[in-house]
This record gives sequence, C-alpha cells and structure tokens, in this order.
Amino acid sequence: MLSKSQARWFFIIGTIFFSGVFLWLTVDTINSVPAQTKSANITPAVNRGKIIWEENNCMGCHTIFGEGAYYAPELTKSFERRGEGYIKAALMSKTPWSPRGRKMVAYAMTEEQANDVVAFLKWAGEVDLNGFPAKPTINTSK
Amino acid sequence: MKFKSQKLAYYFFATCMLLLSLQLLYGFIMGFAHMGFDNLHDYVPFNAARAVHTNLLVVWLLTGFMGATYFIVPDETQTELYSVKLGFIQLISLIIVGVVAVIGFHFNWWEGRKFLEIPRPLDYLVVVNVLTFIFNIGMTLFRAKRTSTTSMVLYTGLVAAALLYLPGMIYFENQTMDSYFRWWVVHLWVEGVWELIMGGILAYLLIKLTGVDREVIEKWLYVIVGLTFLSGILGTGHHYYYIGAPKYWLMVGGIFSALEPLAFLGMALFAIVMYRRSGREHPNKIALMWTIGCAIMSFVGAGFLGFAHTLPNVNMWTHGTLVTAMHGHLAFWGAYAMIVLAIISYAMPLITGRKNYNSMYGTLAFWLSNIGMIGMTGAFAVAGIAQVYLERKSGMEFGLVQQEIETHFLGLILAATVFTAGIILYIIDFIKYGRPSDEALVALDSNQE
Repeated sequence: MLSKSQARWFFIIGTIFFSGVFLWLTVDTINSVPAQTKSANITPAVNRGKIIWEENNCMGCHTIFGEGAYYAPELTKSFERRGEGYIKAALMSKTPWSPRGRKMVAYAMTEEQANDVVAFLKWAGEVDLNGFPAKPTINTSK
Repeated sequence: MKFKSQKLAYYFFATCMLLLSLQLLYGFIMGFAHMGFDNLHDYVPFNAARAVHTNLLVVWLLTGFMGATYFIVPDETQTELYSVKLGFIQLISLIIVGVVAVIGFHFNWWEGRKFLEIPRPLDYLVVVNVLTFIFNIGMTLFRAKRTSTTSMVLYTGLVAAALLYLPGMIYFENQTMDSYFRWWVVHLWVEGVWELIMGGILAYLLIKLTGVDREVIEKWLYVIVGLTFLSGILGTGHHYYYIGAPKYWLMVGGIFSALEPLAFLGMALFAIVMYRRSGREHPNKIALMWTIGCAIMSFVGAGFLGFAHTLPNVNMWTHGTLVTAMHGHLAFWGAYAMIVLAIISYAMPLITGRKNYNSMYGTLAFWLSNIGMIGMTGAFAVAGIAQVYLERKSGMEFGLVQQEIETHFLGLILAATVFTAGIILYIIDFIKYGRPSDEALVALDSNQE
C-alpha cells in the first residue's frame, strides 16, 4: 500500500514534470503565435483599438475568440459579418444601440476611435483560430 | 478555539457574508437583463454588473481562504499568529480595494479583461495585500514548533496563487498572447492552486470532524493534489483550443482536461470514505454536511460538468455560449463557495463559544442553497444547449436566439430566489452566533476530543 512519503513524491515529481512540459509548450506557443495570428498586421491602430476594447470592458457583454460574456454577440467575425459601416454606427451612436431591444452602452466614440476598434476587429477576424467559429451544420431551409 | 488570534478569522468571514450578498444582488440584475428587463441599464449596464458579480466572487472566496488560514494555521501549528494587527490592516485594505474597484466599475474604470477587470493601480495594492498575508502566515509557520502537511499544502497553495497573479499583469499587443497568459491566472488558480487550498481546508475539516487518523488523511491529500496538477497544468490547454494558439493544444488540452475530473472524483471519494470510517459523532452536523456536500458538488460541478464541454469537438460549439455559465456556476459553488461555508460553519461555534449546532436555519440554508443552485445550473444548461443548436449549429441570428431563450431566465431567477433564501438563512445563522469571545478559549475543544 502507498505510504505517505511515496504519496508526497508522487505529488512533487508529477508537479515538477508537468510544469516543465507546460513551460516547454509555452515557449513553443510564444514562437508560433506571431505567424498564426498574423502579428505583422498588428498596426498602431489595431493596438489602439485593443486598448479601447479593454478600457470599455467590451468583454463584459461580448465575446471575442469565444471569450467574454454571453449577453451580446461573438465579435471575432463581426467585420466580415456586419462590415465597417454597421460597427462604426454602433460605436459612434449617441443613444444606446439596441438591436432587438437589447441595449448597448452609448459610447458616442469619435470617428478615429471607431476606426481603431474596427481595425482591431478586422485583425481579430483574420487570426487562424483552428476552425473557430465553425460554420453551421444543420440546414434549416430544407 | 485554543488560540486568541484565531478570532481574526471571524472578521474575514463576516466580510465574506457581506460581499456574497452583494454578489447575489448583481446576479439578479443580470438575470433580469437577460429576460429583457434592463431598466437599470443607465446606472448599471450589463458589463458593470458582470464585472461586479465575478470580481466579488473572487474577492469573497479569497477573503474566505484567508480567514480559513487564520483559523487553521494556529490550530495546526499550536502557536498564536505572528501578528493579529497585520491581519486587520490587511483585511481593511482588502475591503478598501474591493469597494473602490466595485465603485470604479460603475464609472467605466477597469481593465476589461475577463475576471481580471480590477484596474492596474489597484492590482498593485492587491499584490502588496497578499504579500502581507503571506508574510504573516509565513512568519507564523516559521516560528511554530510543529508544522503539518495540511497547513503546508494550504500555504503552498496560497503562495502559488499570489505568484500566478503576476503573469496576468503583463501587457501584450496581441490578443492571443493576452488571453494565453490571462489563463495562467484564471485557470491555474481555479483548476490548480485553489484546489490545493480547497484540499488543505477539506483535509483539516475531515481530520476534525471524522476523527480519522491524520496520517491517512494527509497521505490521500497528497495523492489528490498530485492528481490535480497532473491533469490541471496541461489541462490549461482547453482554454487554448480556439484563441489563435497552435493546434497541438487541442490534443494536449483534450487529453489532460478529460483527466481533471479524476482529482475531483478523488476528493469526493476521499471525503465519503473518511466519513464512513469516522469513529466519532461530531456534534456539528451542519459543518459535516457542508464538508461532504462540497466534495460531492465539486465533482458534479467542476468535474462532471466541466468534462461535458471540455473535449475539442464539443467545445467547438459550446465555446463562448451559456453552456460555460452553466458549468461555471456549479463549479465555483461546489468547489469553492461550499468549502468556505463549510469552514465558517465549523469555526463559528468555536470562535464565539455558542454551541448553536444544527439549528433549523442552518439545515435549511444548506438544502435551499444547494437545491437553488442545481436549479440555476439546469436553467443555464437548457438555455445554453438551446443557444448552441439554434445559433451555432443552425446559424440563427444571435438576437433572435436570445429572444427564444428568454423564458429560461425566468427559471433561472426562480431558482436563484430559492438559492438566495438559503444564503439569507445562512447569514441570519451567522449573525445569531454573535461576536467572537475570549470566553470561547479552552485548552482543548471539548467537541474535538
């Protein structure tokens, strides 16, 4: 039967080993991410857009890359889905944008700020997310 | 209670009760907003309510862990705490940081990164606060004549939690890297080092409540925390499937996160077996209910429901939907909220000297809150699965789907009302115990031996 000191060694060795593997994979990920996310396309505008995204806690309602809250739409492919005009209208609106009655905070952004957020969303839409979000598989029109 | 300084725990626990109440209030605001009643939108928009709800959860759980540590460490090491004064300073500063953060959220002052919304200047205060706590407990352990596995596992968990907070403070221009290291904090906390803290508290409670030999309990504690790290560290990969990280994370995350329920299953079996071996009838039945309940519900919520959407081919569809909220609620409740409520239930009679065991309020509090939380989980599950099929699988527009599932939020709110009734009874019971008293000091706890 397992003794207490064997159990302790199981814990210590297991933890060290798997932490080591995790760190190794992290190094590899850090090296692979620039190509996979097309980081060369992260212009100052994209970065400013990301900062605006964070300062207004957009993730508190929306998701991006599937991460955030579930109150408002997933935005990874929003540039492709809605286009620049729609996104800018929502961001620059002085009254709450409320598609189907669900209200968004009226951010009343300037044109430059809205352009930066659009740049960020456009970049996000081009990242290789290993197939996410998947295309619908159930055809309801039949 | 054997040591005067253990009273410090009371003030941490009282803070927990206050923050938990506020957390529920903001939960209701969100539930109603999902149903279409967003009348508070101008004052508390959804993103503010959400940030308050999740951050209060983190803060009250951490406050609970700290309170538990201040109660457990003197008992385990047979020595007074290094400094009670430092403990009070630390608690008050933690409350100030929490209050400023919560108010700030209402005025658009935050960092806007899921779970780590606390603005940067306050982050530094959190670090100083946690370092003070770690110093205080570290000095207590250092000066003690004896240490125990239980207290060391608990302490290791707390130190590791403090260290892991740091990667979340690095700025990345790339959203993928930002997310990658954000999970170092969030995942490695809740599916890693917090389980050490939970395991430590659970082991302490089982030693006290069942009377099973410490050597046996601590041996299994090592096995369980070993399993936690064996699966949980690489299990972080289940957050890396679809954020722009390499494809091998689908395999690594899939395999190891599928093993994560093992640690929770171990925890549940451990608690049940120790309870069955119990040679003593401990009078504090409510503390025992919370302890065993925690071990079981953490398996169901964190283990089983986590597994339900952790495999990459399932997660492809459920990622970023209400299915995540379904798992999140029962997981945090079972694993962390319940362990804090268990240690509070165990400690209160000892701190206050009032043997108000097994009151009707206490028993009802356990059942109502658990039934309510299971109901809420069910409501989230139905709403989430409907969302996955309508929006993700069939391609229906987001807003239309939200209207379709509004009705499940009525179910959510009804269940949340039952849950809240349970929590209110728990808090009434807490208040009825009164304040800590030095008259509660005894050489040996009469109900322990």
